[in-house]
Amino acid sequence: LPAAVLLKDTKLMDVKLGQLGSWLAMRDFTPGGILGAMRRGHERYYNKYINVRKGGLGGLSMVLAGYVILSYMWSYSHI
Amino acid sequence: MNLSFFDQFSSPSLLGIPLILISMTFPALLLPSLDNRWITNRLSTLQLWFINLVTKQLMMPLDKKGHKWALILTSLMIFLLLINLLGLLPYTFTPTTQLSMNLALAFPLWLATLLTGLRNQPSASLGHLLPEGTPTPLIPALILIETTSLLIRPLALGVRLTANLTAGHLLIQLISTATTALFSTMPMVSLLTLLVLFLLTILEVAVAMIQAYVFVLLLSLYLQENI
Repeated sequence: LPAAVLLKDTKLMDVKLGQLGSWLAMRDFTPGGILGAMRRGHERYYNKYINVRKGGLGGLSMVLAGYVILSYMWSYSHI
Repeated sequence: MNLSFFDQFSSPSLLGIPLILISMTFPALLLPSLDNRWITNRLSTLQLWFINLVTKQLMMPLDKKGHKWALILTSLMIFLLLINLLGLLPYTFTPTTQLSMNLALAFPLWLATLLTGLRNQPSASLGHLLPEGTPTPLIPALILIETTSLLIRPLALGVRLTANLTAGHLLIQLISTATTALFSTMPMVSLLTLLVLFLLTILEVAVAMIQAYVFVLLLSLYLQENI
């Protein structure tokens, strides 16, 4: 019988739709918490695509493509 | 018509929030921080190799006292290089096209080299104002000329970087507008313009790298005179 997992520790993919509100309320939105979340996201990307034995062009290109798309979104009204 | 070509250089803002800070700090995301591994990943290896190359090249003419400047000169070089190259991607904003930023970088650094020279070896750095072997009647005029050239250095540094990058971006926009406008009526001429655009883009990549290098090289030269 698997032990029940606390709502605090579930990942977003495992949260049921009804629990979404309380899950969001439990997250840490202080500046330190946001910084920690950004750091965790960066580490995840870095360790998956760049910090590998034979990293290719894709790791860097995805970041640059994201930057281009972001710049397009920000400058849409000027075009 | 003319005004719309300069719109690409206006400082970007989203609902009143200036986005230029993000354009300036984004290059930092592309440089991985070094962890203590014996064999680093490919991006870190490339970065280490490149920084070693640049630092050795810049610091060779300077004596030991000038090596205190190694960190700021190398990081300035990498900063300018990445910002210039990122500006060549579509829709991105290049902060170095703004004269304010380039002058803000050039002026304090030049002033620092000047004040270092004046403080540590005042007669030697004032002596740079008169080249050796000038005929005596020419001396007053030459001192004035050399002082002017000394005082104009920060302006020249800032304006050089701004003008080169702005001109390149403007040319790319003009030629691509010409290519798309000609495509419907005269496709062959449009193809020729496309070739010109391709060559221009290669030139722009080279200019981006060269301008960053020139900026830092001149600063190290001014330092050499004064350290």
